[in-house]
Amino acid sequence: MANRPMLEVVALEKRFGPNTILKKIDLKVAESELVFVIGPSGSGKSTMLRCCNRLEEPTSGDILVNGRNIMAGTRRDLDRMRLQIGMVFQGFHLYPHMSVLKNVTLAQRKALKRSKAEADARAMNMLEQVGMAHKADAYPGELSGGQQQRVAIARSLALDPKVMLFDEPTSALDPELVGSVLKVMKDLKSKGMTMVVVSHEMAFARETADRVVFMDGGVVVEEGTPDEIFGAPKAERTRAFLSRVSG
Amino acid sequence: MDIFIDQFFNIEIMRKSFPLLLSGLWMTLKLCSAVILLGLIGGLFVALGNMSERRWLRWISIAYTDLFRALPPLVLLIFIYAGLPFAGINISPFAAVVIAFLLNNSSYYAEVYRAGLISVAKGQWEAAQSTGLTPAQTLIHVVLPQAVRNVLPDLLSNTVEVVKLTSLASVISLSELLYNAGMARSVTYNASPLVLAALFYLVLLWPLVRLVSHFQRRLAA
Repeated sequence: MANRPMLEVVALEKRFGPNTILKKIDLKVAESELVFVIGPSGSGKSTMLRCCNRLEEPTSGDILVNGRNIMAGTRRDLDRMRLQIGMVFQGFHLYPHMSVLKNVTLAQRKALKRSKAEADARAMNMLEQVGMAHKADAYPGELSGGQQQRVAIARSLALDPKVMLFDEPTSALDPELVGSVLKVMKDLKSKGMTMVVVSHEMAFARETADRVVFMDGGVVVEEGTPDEIFGAPKAERTRAFLSRVSG
Repeated sequence: MDIFIDQFFNIEIMRKSFPLLLSGLWMTLKLCSAVILLGLIGGLFVALGNMSERRWLRWISIAYTDLFRALPPLVLLIFIYAGLPFAGINISPFAAVVIAFLLNNSSYYAEVYRAGLISVAKGQWEAAQSTGLTPAQTLIHVVLPQAVRNVLPDLLSNTVEVVKLTSLASVISLSELLYNAGMARSVTYNASPLVLAALFYLVLLWPLVRLVSHFQRRLAA
């Protein structure tokens, strides 16, 4: 079972007008695997991630989540499939007009049709897990960036997703707040969540990733274990990128 | 000075015309409720059409808002009430006023909504939809509350304009506040009923105008 792909990207292509952002990308993420995607800005890594729940509409290709193709089916099917794909954004995107608790219960109530009691209990449980239960009644504007991001993670987790996508989750944070978010992600990993992370936190990648994927120019240039990619990168482009970010 | 008081602030005449003006106020309030309520709903749909991904829908809604913001509401009203009967379409005065002002008013509401919807960050749509909310649920629970809050002063301002607009209905003899005041004036040969009607409008609208200023200051802060 360990090798069953939870997320499968097949021949994914994305064009914006004359520009091809993604060129036939293939990627398999096994159950409980943490795949780290690195690459220079403009490499297409965020676009690839956003195609995985169709926030960005792929030009062609398939996205399979737990064996089901999210490119097939109706709009309703897509809404249902998105429940299985959690997403965490660089800008958090909490709902500013709702309390932290309501942020975490909204989709549970409206999309999963859970009862209020059930949604509240589940939300408090998730907020506990990310260390934010004490702020359940606060509004997002009263929280630090790191706290907002942890609430955003709880909002996704409360829907019991099969895969979590992280789009530069710590890039908008003050340096001293990064650690609290990375700790939550590490906890998630230890609980067996399947995760795809686009990020520049190389030290974190080295420590927690099962596999590192290096993208550049809309293609996967190289992939391997953190030791292989960071210790002995094969491709020239990987070496150049890594020396830039570490130097 | 006595003439001034006798002509404009004649308490006796005001007292006598009070019931007539009250029934006029009631009609004005009924008109306002219909036009404002339908306008708020209709305007939202026009705004959504304006932001649709379907080009034909966008074009229809742009044509609608352009046309009915450019046409004078009084021209619309007289056309619907006095023009359409030539084509065999007879409409009651009340319905004619509601239709004419709704067309005008929903166009303005639509523009206000549009500004509000644009002011909500795209990330809010993305976050909500990534959690499995449908586009309608995202609009209702996430985007619209923020959009309305951002343009509340403008929505209110527009509502004040609608209340004032309804006085035009007197032109087609609908017995709303201004029309009844005019009646009382011609019967008593005294302008005090008009002053009383103006006071009614003031009492009705002054709190709303205050509220607009209050929201504007709060949003600016």
